[in-house]
Amino acid sequence: MTPALLHRLIVAVSDDVIAHADELTALDQAVGDGDHGVNMKRGFEAVRADAAATAEKPLPEALKAIGTQLVMKVGGASGPLYGTLFLALSKEIAPDGSNLPTAFGKAVEAVKARGKSQPGQKTMLDVLTPVRTALAEGGADLRSRLPIVAASAAEATIPMLATRGRASFLGERSIGHMDPGARSTALMVASVCRVLED
Amino acid sequence: MVRQMAGDSVNLAYTGGDPGGGLGTGVASIRDAIDRAWSEAGVAILVDLGGAETNSEMAVEMLDAERRGRVVVCNAPIVEGAVMAATEASGGSTLETVRRTAEELSPQ
Repeated sequence: MTPALLHRLIVAVSDDVIAHADELTALDQAVGDGDHGVNMKRGFEAVRADAAATAEKPLPEALKAIGTQLVMKVGGASGPLYGTLFLALSKEIAPDGSNLPTAFGKAVEAVKARGKSQPGQKTMLDVLTPVRTALAEGGADLRSRLPIVAASAAEATIPMLATRGRASFLGERSIGHMDPGARSTALMVASVCRVLED
Repeated sequence: MVRQMAGDSVNLAYTGGDPGGGLGTGVASIRDAIDRAWSEAGVAILVDLGGAETNSEMAVEMLDAERRGRVVVCNAPIVEGAVMAATEASGGSTLETVRRTAEELSPQ
């Protein structure tokens, strides 16, 4: 992991989330309170603004800085969840990123604990969990497979009934809409893999 | 409402709004509210919806060790819980009693 690569990763993820803010808002208006796009955009604009400084840090510290920014700036239900994902990852990741599957697994457990949720409830966990499994299984073409795993998992939330988070108040009306947190997670996985493929 | 029912002896603070100033929630403003409501007896936090709960939990985790043990997030309806908690607190009850009083209102 070089500062140049880390910088490209931070910029790509931030730019993609910001570019899709309206879509995330629309998804969240259908099943939540409509703030996912606005919140994530605000958080990632802050991350983007600090990209150069963050990229100079060792990987664990960089992830911690990003996680802290997300916690402080995103707000809503997603701030603590995404913040926890990055903060937990920062605690577990080796400076060269070589233990990513294990570290990511622990980060997903931290998100489950923070959100007091499980897969199957129509949340970001429904994308994080299959991505974690694919990472653990490894394989040669992981960088091209992971975005597909994530995107399919996000699609799979469409027919699900929400039993966690704001969407759970809608009951049956949550069926037929993609979970916004699942979508933003899938976006971020795709951004990371796209940079790493280049 | 809480102030009217519990009087002036209890430190109170409220917060709402996301880091951008809109409708929502945020860790920084919750931390400020904890500071404003602080007393040696501790702070009981009551929240409306899920985002407020997780942001409150994170705000508490960011407190120094000395204070962290004396802040609780109550599983209680915000209006009734706040009124009951403040009334209990104004009588000089401990933080644990205040929390239990507020949580009696929730389905067990």
